[in-house]
Amino acid sequence: MSTPYRIKGRTGDWELVMGLEVHAQVISQSKLFSGASTLFGAEPNANVSFVDAGFPGMLPVINGVCVEQAIKTGLGLNAVINTTSIFDRKNYFYADLPSGYQISQYQQPIVGEGWLDIELEDGSTKRIGIERLHLEQDAGKSIHDQHPTKSYVDLNRAGVALMEIVSKPDLSAPFEAAAYIKKLRGILRALGTCDGNMEEGNLRCDVNVSVRKPGAPLGTRCEIKNVNSVRFVVQAIEFEAARQIEILEDGGTIRQETRLYDSAKGETRSMRGKENAHDYRYFPDPDLLPLMIPQAQIDRIRAAMPELPEARRKRFVTQYGVAPQDALLLAEENDIAAYFEEAAKGATDAKLLASWAVGELFAALNKAGTGIENSPLSPARLRGLVELISNGTISGRIAKDVFALMLESQDEAAAIVEAKGLRQVSDTGALEKAIAEVLAANPDKVTEYKSGKDKLFGFFVGAVMKATGGKANPGVVNDLLKKALG
Amino acid sequence: MALSTDTVSNVARLSRLAITPERLPALAAELNNILGFIEQLSAVNTDGVEPLRSVSAATLRLREDAATDGNQAEAVTANAPEKSHGFFVVPKVVE
Amino acid sequence: MSELTALSLTAAAAGIRAKKFSSVELVDAHLSAITAQNPALNAFITVTAEAAQQAAKAYDAKPTPDALLPGLPIGMKDLFCTKGVRTTAASKILGNFIPPYESTVSANLAAAGAITVGKLNLDEFAMGSANITSAYGAVKNPLKANDDTALCRVPGGSSGGSASAVKAGLCLAATGTDTGGSIRQPAAFCGIVGLKPTYGRCSRWGIIAFASSLDQAGPMTRTVTDAALMLRAMAGFDPKDSTSVDTPVPDYTAAIGQSIKGKRIGLPKEYRLDGTAPAVLAMWDKAAQALREAGAEVVEVSLPHTAYALPTYYIIAPAEASSNLARYDGVRFGARVDGDTLDHLYENTRAAGFGAEVQRRILIGTYVLSAGYYDAYYLKAQKVRALIARDFSEAFKSVDALLTPTAPTEAFRLGEEPKDPVAMYLNDVFTIPASLAGVPALALPGGYADNGLPLGVQLIGNHWQEETLLSIGAVLEQAL
Ligand SMILES: [Mg+2]
Ligand SMILES: [Zn+2]
Repeated sequence: MSTPYRIKGRTGDWELVMGLEVHAQVISQSKLFSGASTLFGAEPNANVSFVDAGFPGMLPVINGVCVEQAIKTGLGLNAVINTTSIFDRKNYFYADLPSGYQISQYQQPIVGEGWLDIELEDGSTKRIGIERLHLEQDAGKSIHDQHPTKSYVDLNRAGVALMEIVSKPDLSAPFEAAAYIKKLRGILRALGTCDGNMEEGNLRCDVNVSVRKPGAPLGTRCEIKNVNSVRFVVQAIEFEAARQIEILEDGGTIRQETRLYDSAKGETRSMRGKENAHDYRYFPDPDLLPLMIPQAQIDRIRAAMPELPEARRKRFVTQYGVAPQDALLLAEENDIAAYFEEAAKGATDAKLLASWAVGELFAALNKAGTGIENSPLSPARLRGLVELISNGTISGRIAKDVFALMLESQDEAAAIVEAKGLRQVSDTGALEKAIAEVLAANPDKVTEYKSGKDKLFGFFVGAVMKATGGKANPGVVNDLLKKALG
Repeated sequence: MALSTDTVSNVARLSRLAITPERLPALAAELNNILGFIEQLSAVNTDGVEPLRSVSAATLRLREDAATDGNQAEAVTANAPEKSHGFFVVPKVVE
Repeated sequence: MSELTALSLTAAAAGIRAKKFSSVELVDAHLSAITAQNPALNAFITVTAEAAQQAAKAYDAKPTPDALLPGLPIGMKDLFCTKGVRTTAASKILGNFIPPYESTVSANLAAAGAITVGKLNLDEFAMGSANITSAYGAVKNPLKANDDTALCRVPGGSSGGSASAVKAGLCLAATGTDTGGSIRQPAAFCGIVGLKPTYGRCSRWGIIAFASSLDQAGPMTRTVTDAALMLRAMAGFDPKDSTSVDTPVPDYTAAIGQSIKGKRIGLPKEYRLDGTAPAVLAMWDKAAQALREAGAEVVEVSLPHTAYALPTYYIIAPAEASSNLARYDGVRFGARVDGDTLDHLYENTRAAGFGAEVQRRILIGTYVLSAGYYDAYYLKAQKVRALIARDFSEAFKSVDALLTPTAPTEAFRLGEEPKDPVAMYLNDVFTIPASLAGVPALALPGGYADNGLPLGVQLIGNHWQEETLLSIGAVLEQAL
């Protein structure tokens, strides 16, 4: 049990109560109710059908893949799939809402209650409840900075399928909110139902924040809309909690409202435009019929569910003996996990291979600003390199040089080692000679060592390694040195 | 539930219909007349009755996921009262 | 009417096939009639003379006699979007709207060989029962009462332009749409035949929506056989409309002439309303008698929730309309009235663009859906609607069809229509229940009022029983 998160105020400790609404863009070729493309970055209004633009007489027809994606996501969140759900109209006027209503799901969503587990800083896990998941249309985009008195409206995004995933108010620390988003994002990506790209707005978070004295009844919450990075979510929560605590400690009350996070200023502010009392007048969309999902379809999707990051991480630890922190990084993304498993095929020491992937390979990818899909080392080449360490052909130290050379060529590790003569020296005769030379060159250090300065042992090892160009087998050097120094 | 002129004014705003204050009393009277008529329904016993979802027994058909529409920005904006560079244009919206 | 404009749709098809006349002659005859009579009737908002003549020439150059409607001139209610041809819904707000697409029903008709001579007037957004709410002026009924000195009667609504034009011989047949009686009531007022099919029979794609759960397109013709022919061309499954039902379209004309011996016909006792004109009741009795004489068994049935159909409808239809009409905001199409803010632009555009009846219904619809009132109005109405639909399915366990009047009166004089909207709504008291239940209903001339104006009789069938209605309707048509 970890210690509960508390914020120190002037009047004592406060606790946070938060729920998250995540809007996740469904991966599909076409929109939720029209055949227009979902591709990002097209010319203005290019990916727009007359349905998306709300033209007279146009009617919605639902995309089966979007339904399938919602079911898959629901199953990934351990949630109930509702075999009957209803699409409703949420009515309001806005420039980027062409029909004057958004088709969404209100009383009967496609997915009901579920949960996911997040890992806390102390390694324990906490279960976060999922309230529901529903399908709805995205709005278009208004551009306000192109003209002094006009806004420009682009409907390319209008009608793209979103999954709105609503958590229960189970989150009680900024860290937990961040862990929840990362966990959810990992699940969505592993399932292939949302790419999780927050910069492009494909995953957007609304955070409901309230504060209270520990054990007190729930406080009034404020909703912070459309926060578009995990870091900003943490900052927005921290700012908002502090703002609310200050108001309450000054004897004020919190007004329930929608707020916006201004990442440049690092603060939340009231969305004045949205202050007019909302009355969405939800009612079932008469252009659509009830969505019925046969149990057989749910069973079929369940049977074909891919492995999720958490299960994969545990498997990497037990099946390959991978260190837990390495497993976390290797299991998160499908393509990285696939790379690792390909590389681990027939590897003598998969644990060592994992640490090479997470260490040297990830660093190289980072430096090149690329992903695993463009890795300069195929899984087999990485395995070839690590095998040379495992079987004693080269040392880890030399392996780093070989790795660097591999990035610049298509050669296998073994070929590089041969060509450059990097094979590890385990020949005792050659090493004894090198040791003798090192000791002869440093008589004062030898004296110091013998008078009890044990730490100098490392100096001698280093000097021998240097003298052999790094090719000496460190284990053998250790043994021989100990003998030579008596 | 008789509508006040304030309520009519609010409903008009929700409906985005500009109504001059002078018209409100007459309009409220008209709407109250209609509401009085439809309120007959409260006399019907609907205990345990499921609201009708659709007159047909059919359920939602699923469309195949393929990009078959769009690429017609010209036609989409052809009827627009104001447009620029392929965008629809409206008075500046302050968020 | 000239010889050619007096033909039934069926006879005109036969004449074309027998090469008695050409499509060009037929179309020209109707265009001449339009030129002569439309200024008085105001049945058309837009006449597409040139396009119609070109289509007729094209037909004659390459005839397709096997087509259902080979080169035959028809009229299109101006609620059907027609590609490249202005489509207004009789509203100022769509005064300059040119759809870049063609409605499924109008496309089906064109594919069947029909030629559209123009877009027909209607009540604004199909909201009305007298065709007096059109932004393009009221439509006149071509019929006169015995004591009328000039054309002064309303044609009914909302498909008033369609009814007037078909009756006057400005087109051989027309499309209508029916939400609560908008095909049947004007058919009754103008003395023609109108059929509202089963909900889901004709695609709603490309038809400007009024109330989506009720809207249904159907034929308006001068004979029952013509209605069968026209419906066959209009109907069909459309994957672009989620409420379209995937069931084959039968040859409806095959139902005409079939014996109705042994058919059970119900007379719903709740339709015998106080204050119904004696002539209407007499017509109803006479129609029942005619069916008995043709071998049908006529029995009294009960539809206990009939009295609640009208208030139910006046919650559901405005609620759906308030949402359906939100798209008319002056941003992407249609008229715009500027404002200093976007909200003011919306408010100004919609206040200037919609007429009084449309605004009234938007306000009622918004109110009944608003927070705190949804359960009392909209949800309650959908529950009562379920009871009304159940009344029909119960009745159809024991009868094949129901026989009722179509409208409580004959056509009234323009200017003498009820000024109270609620009184006006009573025009649809006999037509609305079938709309709420989604069942088909056929209206046809049933007799005359004392002043010589026609009265309509209505046959209501179970879901997908259009053929039953057409066979019974043909018998009535012969007998009355
Ligand atoms: Mg939300
Ligand atoms: Zn949402």
